[in-house]
Amino acid sequence: MQANSSAPIVRFENVTKSFGELTVLRQLDFDVAPAEKVTIVGPSGSGKTTILRVLMTLEKPNDGVIWVNGEPLWHQKSGDKLVPASEKHLRKVRGSIGMVFQHFNLFPHMTALRNVTEAPIHVLKMPKGDAEQRAVELLQKVGLSDKLGHYPSQLSGGQKQRVAIARALAMRPKVMLFDEVTSALDPELVGEVLNVIRELAEEGEMAMLLVTHEMGFAREVSDRVVFFDKGRVVEQGPPEQIFGSPQNERTKAFFNAVLRH
Amino acid sequence: MPNEDHLLVKIRNYAFLVIGLLAIGIAIGVELTVNPPETAPFDLLPILLRGLAVTIELTLLGAALALVVAIVAGVARSSGHIIVRTITGFYVEVFRGTSILVQLFWIFFVLPLPPFNLSLTPLQAGVLALGLNVGAYGAEVVRGAIGAIPSGQIEASIALNMSPGLMMRRVIIPQAMVRILPPFGNLLIELLKATSLVSLITLSDVTFQGLALRQSVGRTTEVFLLILVIYFLLAYPLTLGVRWLERQRQWAT
Amino acid sequence: MSEQFFDWEYVISFMPKLLEGLVVTIEVTIVAFILAAILGLLMALGRRSSNPWIAQPIGALVEFIRSTPLLVQLFIFFYVLPRYGLRMPAFIVGTIALGLHYGTYTSEIYRAGIDAIDRGQWEAARALNFSPVRTWVGIVLPQAIPPMIPALGNYLVAMFKESAQLSAITVVELTLTARTIGTQSFRFLEPFTMAGVLYFLISYPSSLVVQRLEKRYAGK
Repeated sequence: MQANSSAPIVRFENVTKSFGELTVLRQLDFDVAPAEKVTIVGPSGSGKTTILRVLMTLEKPNDGVIWVNGEPLWHQKSGDKLVPASEKHLRKVRGSIGMVFQHFNLFPHMTALRNVTEAPIHVLKMPKGDAEQRAVELLQKVGLSDKLGHYPSQLSGGQKQRVAIARALAMRPKVMLFDEVTSALDPELVGEVLNVIRELAEEGEMAMLLVTHEMGFAREVSDRVVFFDKGRVVEQGPPEQIFGSPQNERTKAFFNAVLRH
Repeated sequence: MPNEDHLLVKIRNYAFLVIGLLAIGIAIGVELTVNPPETAPFDLLPILLRGLAVTIELTLLGAALALVVAIVAGVARSSGHIIVRTITGFYVEVFRGTSILVQLFWIFFVLPLPPFNLSLTPLQAGVLALGLNVGAYGAEVVRGAIGAIPSGQIEASIALNMSPGLMMRRVIIPQAMVRILPPFGNLLIELLKATSLVSLITLSDVTFQGLALRQSVGRTTEVFLLILVIYFLLAYPLTLGVRWLERQRQWAT
Repeated sequence: MSEQFFDWEYVISFMPKLLEGLVVTIEVTIVAFILAAILGLLMALGRRSSNPWIAQPIGALVEFIRSTPLLVQLFIFFYVLPRYGLRMPAFIVGTIALGLHYGTYTSEIYRAGIDAIDRGQWEAARALNFSPVRTWVGIVLPQAIPPMIPALGNYLVAMFKESAQLSAITVVELTLTARTIGTQSFRFLEPFTMAGVLYFLISYPSSLVVQRLEKRYAGK
């Protein structure tokens, strides 16, 4: 694990997030090293997805500090103190994070190619030609070079999700978040999406944070597996250890339940 | 031969409209034979067509005002700013909650008197009343379309680091447009029909010319049936256009 | 004449007359709505007829009435029909024209509502050997009509406001009353404003009720 030696690319410090009465993150401390592949597993409703959503700035934490690449995400430095971040600061730090969603969230009014070029051209201000060339490469990489001109409604779920992965990659994030990206797919389409993610994991340089129910896949690609329940990290370690000989009773019970069916 | 069948159905769908128009033509013919006018038949048409120019002018100007008002008020009603939202909400509810004829009379009869002393020509009053009334309905369409954008689209835009303005321009508005166009087409038809009300404030549109002709030359049946046909020929292509638009939602799932 | 911006004494003096006009407006609206509800259902059923000689002419008539202004239709009923011996008071003529015009709108609601009934319901009725009348009255309409109520309610409110056009054929309802009061005293601000307030006081709460009904049926 070469990654653990350097400074973390993502650090959660004492992060709390609640929705009304329901607390989904309880004073969470959690690090991700550069290029590390971390899988978060746990019962549904345990707040796994909220970790990703807070990091992507889709939800605002109630308390605590999140650091991305050494900079506070939801705060900015004002002298020695941390004050709530401005929109400008948020956009700067957010630039190093990308996300792939459970329901794809492709732009339905744009072709596959334009879905991938839209943000590089208008957010990163890349020249159109360069953005298109890169988009073609990325769509080729996810096996969709023949679907450039197709609209999302003309693609299968697995194809949509691969376009969504290409779209996120086009922004060259340092950390990529995968939020249950195969949960909305028909079973026979899951494999093609997992293969793409597996290749990305093998390339290595990008940190990846995955929430998934695909345990076999998690075991295969992860450097570290985190078992998360009731807003807290219950147990974490290399996949062989977590899957092979879990220590905590809750972890054991969870794996017994999911691996049996 | 599914295509031929399809064509037959299509022809049949419009056959009765054509037959209906022919029936009106025959009715006018019979009327002219029974009560032959002193002048040539259809001599009234040029006068009615002069009214048609006013009706079209009023429709276009009213629609332009309504469009601007609908977009501004619709976006304002979706705004997070409570004062902006309340003021536009008041405007929308007042204009949707009262009769357009009362709005027209208010603008035409009340504004020129003290304390307003704002004299408007009948055309200005008509455009203002139609634009503000239909604009209020349009604002609700715009608000509904913006609200119907799935939250995933906004989340994806944030994840791609788009600014709020870019998100509005490139993601939300293009998708809302598809939902907006068919109801806007329907509102345009309602606006066209409502232009006839300006005849009641002495603006010489088609309906006004008809009322004037009825008083000067009589021939009531002929005059009003011709007017009906004129409005139908204006409105029905719009109806067909709206139906075509509704079929064109290729990417809207 | 008072120099005030808004003369309340004047308002109080004409208010009883204006309320009489409002009563006429409400009467017209209710009768015309009942007419529209019945005519609309007949038009919708006629358009669904398997006999094209019934379905197509009714369809064409509905399209034609919908595509032309209510005001012109009112003039035809008021000025043209009497020339062929059909003489009726303006109130009756106006109510029929309003009901017929909005009947074409309600027919579209019935049509959509009937189309929304699951095919299985028709097939079950067929399997139980119900007569066509029994199928419509016992099975289809009881399921189709409740979800249509909000949309029908919207048209009730619309008819209430649009009944103002009956003033053009001398029906002394709310708008014509306001106009007459204004003409007599050359003060239009108060009568037209109060007429607007009366329209609003009835139509706005009504549309809130319709919105609640919409939510209730949407939740199912």
